[in-house]
Amino acid sequence: MKPSDPGITWIDDKPLGLAERLYVPLLVQGLATTSRHLVSKKNTVNFPEQRPAIGNPLIYRGVHRLNRDENDRVKCVACFLCATACPAHCIDIVATESPWEDREKYPESFQIDELRCIFCGMCEEACPVDAIELTSLLDLTGKSREEMIFDKEKLLSVYDMTKDAEPMKSADLGGTL
Amino acid sequence: MTALLPSPETIAALVKIGLLVGGLMTAAAYLVLVERWIAAWVQDRRGPNRVGIPLTKIRLFGLGQPLADGLKIIFKEDFTPRHVDKVLYNAAPLALLTASLAIFAAIPFGSVLPPLNIPGLPDPVPFLVAPGLDVGVLWVFALSSIAVYGVLLGGWASNNKYGFLGGLRSSAQLVAYEIPLGLGLLGVVLATGSLQLDIIMNKQAETGLWYVFAQPLGFVVFLIASFAEAARLPFDLPEAEQELVGGYHTEYAGIKLLLFLVSEFLHMVTAAFLIVIMFLGGWHFWGITGSTQEVTWVGAFLRFGILSAKIFAVILFFMVVRWSWPRFRFDQLMNLAWKVMLPLGLLNLVVVATIEEFRPALQSALGNSLTTGVAVGVPWIIFFGGLICAGMLTPSSTDNRPIRTRDPFDQERHLEKDEPMNKPSSELVEA
Repeated sequence: MKPSDPGITWIDDKPLGLAERLYVPLLVQGLATTSRHLVSKKNTVNFPEQRPAIGNPLIYRGVHRLNRDENDRVKCVACFLCATACPAHCIDIVATESPWEDREKYPESFQIDELRCIFCGMCEEACPVDAIELTSLLDLTGKSREEMIFDKEKLLSVYDMTKDAEPMKSADLGGTL
Repeated sequence: MTALLPSPETIAALVKIGLLVGGLMTAAAYLVLVERWIAAWVQDRRGPNRVGIPLTKIRLFGLGQPLADGLKIIFKEDFTPRHVDKVLYNAAPLALLTASLAIFAAIPFGSVLPPLNIPGLPDPVPFLVAPGLDVGVLWVFALSSIAVYGVLLGGWASNNKYGFLGGLRSSAQLVAYEIPLGLGLLGVVLATGSLQLDIIMNKQAETGLWYVFAQPLGFVVFLIASFAEAARLPFDLPEAEQELVGGYHTEYAGIKLLLFLVSEFLHMVTAAFLIVIMFLGGWHFWGITGSTQEVTWVGAFLRFGILSAKIFAVILFFMVVRWSWPRFRFDQLMNLAWKVMLPLGLLNLVVVATIEEFRPALQSALGNSLTTGVAVGVPWIIFFGGLICAGMLTPSSTDNRPIRTRDPFDQERHLEKDEPMNKPSSELVEA
């Protein structure tokens, strides 16, 4: 579009008034704004002691967990839907024949590279049995890259840690159970 | 044997210098912390509040931060780039710091505290490094001008375009703002009749009329010029991070950088001292600090508190301003100095000179209180008049919008002028 296009309506700035040309009233205005912020409520929290408010933990996308069923078995059926949906290719599943009657396969190993993960939540969306879920744990740290690759046991232990605070998602929250 | 020992006076002077330098360095370190706090609070953050007493879990609101900051920067690699002029590169921070520290020799703490009687010394020791310096004000100004050599040297010796530009800007800025600074000061010197900072302070305490009330125009001019002189926002062009990386200290690291940063803070402290001493009455506060003649220890304590409080308030103002107003462009900076500040400073000087000239005549005609009324009222009228004139004649904002009557994309205009480069592509194809 050219500047001369008739479709453009050009709006001129208002000419400066006396207060603006004097500059001082504007300076006072600026000072008043900063002084107000100087004493206003702080937006940051004292992190390790004070946890940030994260809204609804059921829809927060933090560290993954692998859910257990009533018999304390891993719920995952090793269908690879999460690994397929993952845009960061951070899920690595080795499937094997299930020892149980109710399903054909189960994951022999289930690894998530938390350093690669972009916490998009697509694995959670894809899972047909609600086995993988994102918790509201947000401070994920480790001392090495190897430590940040979570295996099946670790993901199950995340479930054990968070199952009381964050129950598995019900149907009205988008869960299929 | 006795000839080798320094005289008691020398020892006293050395002790005073040690106290002053130590106190100033500590103050500068803590001002960095205060600045970080203010920066955080203005941005609705909390600021450094973790570091307390080392090796314990005691936090003390982060008061240990300066120690941590200092240790960190001292133990950093003192890297010297290969392309610098080694001698000047090393001399620059030293020159700057020496000048910034030497300024304080003339700052009068003398009338704040009573002279100390030390057994073995014939005379009481006054709390002033250079007592009764007749050229106090000149000394301060001379040294603060010398400080710019440090900046200039640093920028030039760095052999780096950003450093060079920073040094260049600094020199131009300081030359421009020394003049309004001097003009603001001249009014005070005229009214007092002395260049001694001590006497300037005492005069305000005697009359109870601070010069900020008697010379508002001079105060404003001096205040703005000291912002520029200390290279604080909105006049921090010599080291504008967004444009010049670090300005004159781009190539410096480790302890040399620390020296630059400390002297920058010392500049601000000097400016605050001068503003308080010359315009805000120094240690004087109505009804609290008593007469100028006798100083008791209680009075001294009060005076010290009031002086410190005033200086701290001015420094806080410096810091809040930093986060309130955007940086000037260089042409705006120069406009402000030469077209606004210089005339206003001259106007102030004329007003003060006129009032001082006719003060005796007024006093005999009108009496004392009415004379004071006139001596305060007239400068305030001139103050508002001068501000309005300055605002109307030389607005600090400039219209930088593109001129719309000339349309760069208008092809017909180019065709009229028969410029072959801008022919429509269809014609080129035919040709």
